[in-house]
Amino acid sequence: MRTILYLIRKEFIQIFRNKFIGRAIFAVPIVQLLILVPAVTFEIKSVRLAIIDRDMTSESRGLINKLEGSGFFEVKYSPFSDGEANNLIAGDKCDVTLQIPSGFGKNIGTGTAARIMVSANAVNASTAMLSWAYLNGVIRDYNSVVMEENINTNPVTPAPRIMIENRYWYNEMLNYKHYMLPGILGILVTAIGFLLAGLNLVREKEVGTIEQINVTPVRKYQFIIAKMVPFIIIGIIDLAVGMVLGKILFDVPFEGSIALLFLGATIFLIAILGLALFISTLSGTQQQFMFIAFFFMIIFILMSGIFTPYESMPGWAQAFNKVNPVAYLMRINRMVMLKGSTIQDISTELWSLLIIAVTFTFFAVRRYRKTA
Amino acid sequence: MRRFLGFVKKEFLHIFRDYRTLIILFGIPAAQILIFGYAVSTDIKNAGVAFLDLSKDETTQKITDKICSSGFFKRTENLLSYNDIDRILKKGKTKAVVVFEENFGNKLISEGKSSISIIADGSEPNTATLVTNYLTAIITDFNSQLAGPATSTSPLIQSEVTMFYNPGLKGHFMFVPGIITLILILICALMTSVTITREKEFGTIEVLLVSPLKPAQIILGKVTPYFILSFINVILILLLSWLVFKLPVKGSIMLLLAESMLYILMSLSLGILISTVSSTMQQAIFISLVGMMLPTVLLSGFIFPIRNMPEVYNWLSAIFPPRYFIIIIKNIMIKGTGFLYVWKETLVLAVMTLIFIGLSVRNFKIRL
Repeated sequence: MRTILYLIRKEFIQIFRNKFIGRAIFAVPIVQLLILVPAVTFEIKSVRLAIIDRDMTSESRGLINKLEGSGFFEVKYSPFSDGEANNLIAGDKCDVTLQIPSGFGKNIGTGTAARIMVSANAVNASTAMLSWAYLNGVIRDYNSVVMEENINTNPVTPAPRIMIENRYWYNEMLNYKHYMLPGILGILVTAIGFLLAGLNLVREKEVGTIEQINVTPVRKYQFIIAKMVPFIIIGIIDLAVGMVLGKILFDVPFEGSIALLFLGATIFLIAILGLALFISTLSGTQQQFMFIAFFFMIIFILMSGIFTPYESMPGWAQAFNKVNPVAYLMRINRMVMLKGSTIQDISTELWSLLIIAVTFTFFAVRRYRKTA
Repeated sequence: MRRFLGFVKKEFLHIFRDYRTLIILFGIPAAQILIFGYAVSTDIKNAGVAFLDLSKDETTQKITDKICSSGFFKRTENLLSYNDIDRILKKGKTKAVVVFEENFGNKLISEGKSSISIIADGSEPNTATLVTNYLTAIITDFNSQLAGPATSTSPLIQSEVTMFYNPGLKGHFMFVPGIITLILILICALMTSVTITREKEFGTIEVLLVSPLKPAQIILGKVTPYFILSFINVILILLLSWLVFKLPVKGSIMLLLAESMLYILMSLSLGILISTVSSTMQQAIFISLVGMMLPTVLLSGFIFPIRNMPEVYNWLSAIFPPRYFIIIIKNIMIKGTGFLYVWKETLVLAVMTLIFIGLSVRNFKIRL
């Protein structure tokens, strides 16, 4: 035990001797958290609209007013031709063009169907779909207004109606900051621990200082544990600071038990550090390690479900996520922080993470050779 | 010149000696394209829904069946009381609970209306919105079938929509440009900064500095192999996206390749700049990976449109080069527009390259 403590002390000295790294370990995650969390949102602030009004009647203007009044749409341009409208989309000056053909007002007046043409810039498919949904909503509203006006000439019997009301629990206003903070924090902690721990070991190999450890009676597991502990501590501190900042600045709720969250994070860190050390025992140079680490990190992060729902992934991707520690961290962080899930709710996640952690660490200890 | 070529050859040998690095270098883009193409999707499939049916009549049964057979949802549980909602949502498998009020079916007939509440798990805002929208659509659909043709009046205004550039609303159109942008800047900056700091850390740079090669030649020699490799990478990604996702380059391919070269050059000079400010490889890796990865993904407009962010970010993201390249590549690849539409962004990238090179020259020390 004393040996491990001495080794841990040595590791800490080694980490903080490089002034840049010593500061960056804490500064980089905090700065990135502060900058990135408010930026990340799928919400659409406003949709820029170009309207070709070939009708110019009170009905067409009524529709345009309705669109402007909705708050989502900004009527930026009123081009006269299709070509002009297409150029606006190509130049990214507007997102959606709406064409109201002549005869629109007349048709509505007589109760026949009137057509309007909408074109959306769909390079970003999800934004295009959302804009279209908003636009459709406004048109539907306008429709019912018109129908009510026409009701005297064309009476309708009321049909049975199902009223739908919806509520969002745990995050009533669907605040993205609450959702993204635990996720981004998780990624930052992953990146720092994974990279630095792995690089640390490979560096000793590359520079040759590992020889000095190898000739001592330090056991293999002691060495690996000593390489792990400092980064677990650093990771936990980063996590704690990030959460306090989230609470103060973004008012992110903390519903669950703090101890449970840190338990999850600690097991996660052991898993990810175990993997990092395992990879580093396999690689000869820092460059090699870095590329393999980069490869794994990108895959782990993108598949973890931080930006996209886990459930929409195909079967093989969900199967892969069974061994993806980051995916578990995402779920544990969000469930405990936002929903107040208890240890029973996340027991599957915790157990799986524990198995991954033990396996990776075991491999790291096995693969580390004291003989050069 | 011969000296310089010899040096470039030495650098190539360095790279090719380590075949693992090379595999990863070309493996990362390929893996990412495939992951994004097949695994990352924002649609819902088989989202878990629980039902709290306080009425248990024929109508609620029909609605439940309709929801479960839609393909978007699968039933996780039938709840018995309101208190169960919190319990099941906390488990995380269930994304929403559909609650039918008591006497749902009777009320619908006798009073002409009855209500359903959808309680969604808001801790995942995106999924929550999608699930609620889909559920609402299914129920509304059921409602209009119920109303029957006798009372339904077709809406007066019918709208036709054209989705420009991407009629199938595919995600590929967004992520292929994004991945090219992300991969190029990370790999170029990482590689150059690491190979230069490596020589610094091991002291081998001294050998180079005392050689008759000029500092500019040393740097250029270090950078040339990566320039060529990255360029091959661009072609590879474009081929892959064309073969796998049938996503062709709509505009001029020469223009796209020329712009890519400019972007690679910019990323390489950024890498050189990083190497001049860091003394160890760890530091260089930390800056170019931990420092740059998330901002590149999040602030470039790759996944999240910049226009939706708070106003400050419009300015803040202006200093991130990926933002400009994404605009350029989307314009040329997907919209098929010409140089006239991207000259401003091109100019910004060129100026950034010059600034990075200028700063590196100022920081580069001939003596250790």
